[in-house]
Amino acid sequence: MTRTGFVVANLFRKRVRTILTLLSVIMAFLLFGLLQSVNSVFSSGADFVGATRLFVQARVSFTTALPVSMVPKLEAIAGVTRVAYLQWFGGVWQTNTPLIMFTLDPQRYHDVYPEWRMPEDQWQAFEHTRTGVIVGRQLADQYGWKIGQKIPISSQIWPQKDGSKAWAFDLVGIFDGKDEEWQKRTNQAFIQQDYFDEANQFGIKGRTNFFILKLAPGANAETISKTVDAMFENSPDETKTQTEKDFNISFVKQIGDIGLIVRWILFAVFFTLLLVVGNTMAQSVRERIPELAVLKTLGFSDGSVLGFVLAEAFALVLLGGLVGLALASIAGAMVEKQTGGQFLLELDGGVWLLGVVAIVLMSLAVGVLPALRARRLKIVDALAGR
Amino acid sequence: MLRQAFAITGLSVRSIPERWAPSLVIVIGLAGVVAVFTALLAMSAGFESTLKSTGRHDAAIILRGGSDAELNSGFDRDSTDLIKEKPGIRPGADGKPLAAAELMVIAELVRRDDVRSGANVTLRGVEPASFMLRPQLKIVAGRNFTPGLRELIVGRGVLQQFQGADVGQTVRMRGSEWTVVGEFASGDSHDSEMWADINVARSTFGRLGSSSVLAALDEPGGFDRLKAAIAADPRLSMDVLREDDYFSGQTKQFRQTIGVLAGVVTVIMGLGAVFAALNSMYAAVAARGKEIATLRAIGFGGLPVVVSVMIEALLLALAGAVLGALIAYLLFNNLSVATLGQNFTQVVFSFKVTPQLVVRGLVIAVLIGMIGGFLPALRAARVPVTTSLRES
Amino acid sequence: MSEPMVQVHNVTKVYERGKQKVEVLHGLTLDIPKGDFVALMGPSGSGKTTLLNLIGGLDKPTAGEITVGGNRIDQLGSGQLARWRAHNVGFVFQFYNLMPVLSAEANVELPLLLTKLSAAQRRKNVAVALEVVGLADRAKHKPRELSGGQEQRVAIARALVSDPQLLVCDEPTGDLDRKTADEILGLLQVLNREHGKTIVIVTHDPKAAGFARRTLHLEKGQLLEQAA
Repeated sequence: MTRTGFVVANLFRKRVRTILTLLSVIMAFLLFGLLQSVNSVFSSGADFVGATRLFVQARVSFTTALPVSMVPKLEAIAGVTRVAYLQWFGGVWQTNTPLIMFTLDPQRYHDVYPEWRMPEDQWQAFEHTRTGVIVGRQLADQYGWKIGQKIPISSQIWPQKDGSKAWAFDLVGIFDGKDEEWQKRTNQAFIQQDYFDEANQFGIKGRTNFFILKLAPGANAETISKTVDAMFENSPDETKTQTEKDFNISFVKQIGDIGLIVRWILFAVFFTLLLVVGNTMAQSVRERIPELAVLKTLGFSDGSVLGFVLAEAFALVLLGGLVGLALASIAGAMVEKQTGGQFLLELDGGVWLLGVVAIVLMSLAVGVLPALRARRLKIVDALAGR
Repeated sequence: MLRQAFAITGLSVRSIPERWAPSLVIVIGLAGVVAVFTALLAMSAGFESTLKSTGRHDAAIILRGGSDAELNSGFDRDSTDLIKEKPGIRPGADGKPLAAAELMVIAELVRRDDVRSGANVTLRGVEPASFMLRPQLKIVAGRNFTPGLRELIVGRGVLQQFQGADVGQTVRMRGSEWTVVGEFASGDSHDSEMWADINVARSTFGRLGSSSVLAALDEPGGFDRLKAAIAADPRLSMDVLREDDYFSGQTKQFRQTIGVLAGVVTVIMGLGAVFAALNSMYAAVAARGKEIATLRAIGFGGLPVVVSVMIEALLLALAGAVLGALIAYLLFNNLSVATLGQNFTQVVFSFKVTPQLVVRGLVIAVLIGMIGGFLPALRAARVPVTTSLRES
Repeated sequence: MSEPMVQVHNVTKVYERGKQKVEVLHGLTLDIPKGDFVALMGPSGSGKTTLLNLIGGLDKPTAGEITVGGNRIDQLGSGQLARWRAHNVGFVFQFYNLMPVLSAEANVELPLLLTKLSAAQRRKNVAVALEVVGLADRAKHKPRELSGGQEQRVAIARALVSDPQLLVCDEPTGDLDRKTADEILGLLQVLNREHGKTIVIVTHDPKAAGFARRTLHLEKGQLLEQAA
């Protein structure tokens, strides 16, 4: 037997009570894990963006189109090494599954996004096949698409010249991301702008929704952003330029303050948990006053006894917390599988770290008062039942 | 039996103050579950009620075929004129069909609470008929815009959530300046919009046609006639919906998302509450062990004891539920928020803590209370009398 | 003559109960030589348990000096007193006060967690202690699986395991039947005669006191002169 063994043995003194309390802790941390990972999906979507790129959109909204003819003016700006552009295609797979799909210039895009990994011959094929489409690994795996297949994709917005919204493309390449973060983003598809310009019913040509500016190393992003916007101010194509990171953040912000909602819910959950576990710990110590007194008679110091109680609280919350977080991990993985990677609910290192911090803080919160009580008790009074 | 049960319940309830700590656990635990549940669904209810109250059953909205939101819809002037001539549309006071072409455009405004990021707001280009089709919309400050000029009237929800669009201010869009001349209120999702003259909007935003046509229906039968006529016309490929159905459909995704969130959170919190309630009720039964045993030794049956324990659990759970609903109501009811709608623009709505929601919260509490009280109640009734008397 | 094991000199103990002050011991003086087996007797409120607590270092006198094994324990701080107790005194209570969640041998091992002994050494010492009290075959049982007498033996083994010189017992047989009580007292005698432990017991029972070498009587916080 050891001190740890003693602490654990005391924890299971009243088995039903401990197990029920443990289950409450597990539920709380299960929720914590799930909500925090939802939150981090929404809020950290920007952090992984490494190279500085600027996103240029129409000032009013990215749903408004800008002319591709702006490209030479943008490339002429000092500090801008290359410009690519993206137009929203509104692709739909099989009636009602929306796809993240854009029309673009393959070579320009290739230059501006080195983070995608695809064999050169596939890039070549994409450049030279008018009806070609390249898709990210996630999409290909999810729908079982293979290179060489003809993929029927319809558009929510754009009909073909024959009036039908059904389009079809030849799959010529599948790309991966350079690391885990970029791999998460391989759920996109790209087609040729030229083909689109030619084939769409409205005769919409040379329009796009975003320009992406690749900056030279050391270039000042803020200065260049201001330069771009100043260049097109008071024109019919007013722009708003920001870093790619800021763009991602502002998009999520429009959905609402997810972080705030999550915080409120977790506050309610942990407040309640504090009461539940705190009550259990308080009861448990109250029942054991004579035993704690005996420990002191045996020679354990006041500090030791405080330590035993805190350790017990910590063991309880740690066990429940780890199980809860693990369950959240499993649940998240299941959600990912079910929605075919559409809904990423992974508990990353950040969430686990936060979870551990929460465990430590909660153990202190529920354990400190009973522990102080244990430290304070006077042997003689306790033994006499006072 | 009932009398016995109530007698025991009376005794046990009176002793609750002695066991205030575990009892409080149940109350607070349930309050938490019900508060979170109510708040989340109040968001959904508010969103739904804002959009549901938008749109009338006797008006139809016509969009380009296959677009499921005004944002994706767009058709030319010729089509617009064709639609207006179709049968089924009620004539207005001037004898002409009461229908308005409308153009949906996206503008950007800065939020009041977060100056750094802008958010997209709907700018609706309208015709005079648009006002007649929406009698609930009233100008509450300033005046209506003058046709032909770059003037805007702004919905009440926009003023609540965004800055830079107060009456008298100027909004810059597409290199041109627009003056806000009035504020309107319509009690539905239009409060999240800015309105302007459709022709000025067209020329400013480089658009030639419309996003939608809104038409008053000549009921009965007008809807079917209109729909059939449009379907029969080879020059038109349109979707025809009743206006209220259209807006209802717009809420689907949001309601689904919130529904899932609320469901998951409530189930998990509810389970946590069940475990906490079980814990507390076991403790309560243990604390009253001697008392219960004595009662049974005297001659009270097992069933009244079970009933009394369950009633105690239920009362505590209900107390918690009422507390939770009250907290949700006080903190959240009528709180104004905005989120992304189907058109990628902001929809402003308020939390709505409805009586229906409160009842659902109470039902959940009853459920949790019953589960939390059942097993301990059984235990109370079954432990041999002599054991209980001796143990204490 | 060697120094007495316990020297109590002019000790007074006052308790504060709310606003009231109760003087339980009044200027008490007594000596207990090494290897003695003393019984303290007296009516309720006589202060015998209080005296026992002071001798065992569970409490400190309000005035006076207490020396045990050469140490002035009235001068030790509470942390020092705890350490002193761990090495110098073993306690036995009326209601055994074993940890219900631990087995008999784990209970006996508990005081050894305060030492630097290795797990193997601890186990050895525990085995020896249980052997001495005659409970080696019950080592793995939990207290609820033991009879009253067996529990008390475990308690005694626990009191012995750190090899203290002084054993202090508060009504060790108060909860036992005659036969079991005699067995326990016999065990104490063995510990006193064959292992040289100095033992002080508090008891109501004159028969129990008979097992000791001498008996002291207390009344109203003062010693009545007596001889064994």
